[in-house]
Amino acid sequence: MMLRYAARRAVSLVLSLLVASLVIFLVLEIVPGDPAAYMLGVNAQPDTLAALRAELGLNQSATARYLDWAGGMLVGDFGISYTYRTPVAEMIADRLQVSLPLALFALALSTGIALPAGIWAARRRGSAVDVGVMGLTQLGVAIPNFWFAMLMVLVFAINLRWFGAGGFPGWEAGLWPGLKSLTLPAVALALPQASILARVMRSALLDTLSSDYIRTARAKGLTRAQALRRHALRNAMIPVLTIIGLQFSFLLAGAIIIENVFFLPGLGRLVFQAISARDLIVVESVVMLLVFAVIVVNFAVDLAYAWIDPRLRGRR
Amino acid sequence: MRRAGLILGLFLTLLFTGAAVLSLVWVPQDIEALRIAERMQGPSAAHPLGTDHFGRDILSMVMVGARTSIAVALVAVGIGMGVGVPLGLAAAARRGGWLDEIIMRGNDLIFAFPSLLIAILITAVFGAGAVNAIIAIGIFNIPVFARLTRGAALSLWTRDFILAARVAGKGRARISAEHILPNLANLLIVQGTIQFSLGILAEAGLSYVGLGAQPPLPSWGRMLADSQTMMAIAPHMALFPGLAILLTVLGLNLLGDGLRDWLDPRLRRAAR
Repeated sequence: MMLRYAARRAVSLVLSLLVASLVIFLVLEIVPGDPAAYMLGVNAQPDTLAALRAELGLNQSATARYLDWAGGMLVGDFGISYTYRTPVAEMIADRLQVSLPLALFALALSTGIALPAGIWAARRRGSAVDVGVMGLTQLGVAIPNFWFAMLMVLVFAINLRWFGAGGFPGWEAGLWPGLKSLTLPAVALALPQASILARVMRSALLDTLSSDYIRTARAKGLTRAQALRRHALRNAMIPVLTIIGLQFSFLLAGAIIIENVFFLPGLGRLVFQAISARDLIVVESVVMLLVFAVIVVNFAVDLAYAWIDPRLRGRR
Repeated sequence: MRRAGLILGLFLTLLFTGAAVLSLVWVPQDIEALRIAERMQGPSAAHPLGTDHFGRDILSMVMVGARTSIAVALVAVGIGMGVGVPLGLAAAARRGGWLDEIIMRGNDLIFAFPSLLIAILITAVFGAGAVNAIIAIGIFNIPVFARLTRGAALSLWTRDFILAARVAGKGRARISAEHILPNLANLLIVQGTIQFSLGILAEAGLSYVGLGAQPPLPSWGRMLADSQTMMAIAPHMALFPGLAILLTVLGLNLLGDGLRDWLDPRLRRAAR
């Protein structure tokens, strides 16, 4: 049963990836402007232009280029950047050194704050704590995170001088300077995510706390704290885990604006620079990689679910 | 407590939409005139929110910026509803049919794309500007409304009054329009408010990175981007446009939550 479910989900995973790659390729096909002409500038000779187009593979048909690109990605070859003339895979690996730790850092902050806050609010439903936590989460989802980032720069970098205002020293400079430069961006990224997560945690826990098996557990003589820990929390974790899974992939992709605020050389900034330089192969590959991450994380969450909760396997 | 949220939300929403409408006919100071001598002043009687690096009155800029933000987000919600609701109705009317399958798979696909990244891609491909920002934000509203409509419509299709309409000989399309849609109105209004607030945030983000409304059209995100390099000497330039975004989004969220409770207490759990 579990295997059949996994196989069915795997087929739809492959289909989604296929369609996504087609959509990305087609959207970028309609981008106006020839990358080769863009690279050489307005005074390019026709024969140099033709030579460059041949070198970049631009003179092939769209189908051939798609197959080339998609096939290459399967074996880890993301093509060669039009502007930097370096393998895109290397550029991505380089940028992931910033984006991946940043996403993990933000995720750790978000779950580390949101889960206790949500549990606390649910346990004291209607109290001042609950109202306070819910009020803060209202603010957290309403605040534009790049503005929050700017305010933190103003307070902690310009006035207090605890942190730098932006940039990334590289991990060669050591773990601490690297983490320090990612702290403010991670806090800014984590704020809206933590607010959403705290709300999900609270409402999931309120749902399970009011269910019959908790009443039974209490009737058996468990204390409120024991019933919460052994029964209510475990069941409440299902929706919470989905949200965490979604948030991770979105943190990876959603850092694009925050990376701009702090001048961090991450994936988001790479896409941004590549778009303005018409470096389409880079844009294509990074977007595909991020979509891949989202789809695969969702797939993993779905499987984890079905494993934990057999009732879900029957569903589509 | 609940009612207080609704009233505060309504107040904030009316305040900012009022400011946006007012800016069509009157602003405290002409925002096209540059007064370099008065640049980067803090708040004063003449300029309640201070002036920017060109000496323009920030209150006037925020008012005109409200117009841009609200217009972009509103039309984007309109696109989402206009396309998403009929799709959702059609999918529910023929549950499990080929149309349902295509619509739901298409939805899954759009949800798999990181929305901000694609919005940036769209505006970059088709050119930066308010119209493309609307399209980019609107596309992501479509699956939200399609899914919501389909889900709610499916449960309505099992109700007795729909059966009565079918017995009376009405077709699926007519039942969808005459009986299903009116019963979804409350739900759609609430979700519309939430998507409206998300649209304001998205527009602010896009114009912050320079892909939204283009100068000379003022927008809150653009004002924040302009203020960034001058934050150490003129922090008020960064403060007020950001506060305007925060309060508008907060107001819309409170309004949405309040409306949900007020219109239909049964929905309290369902959405979000």
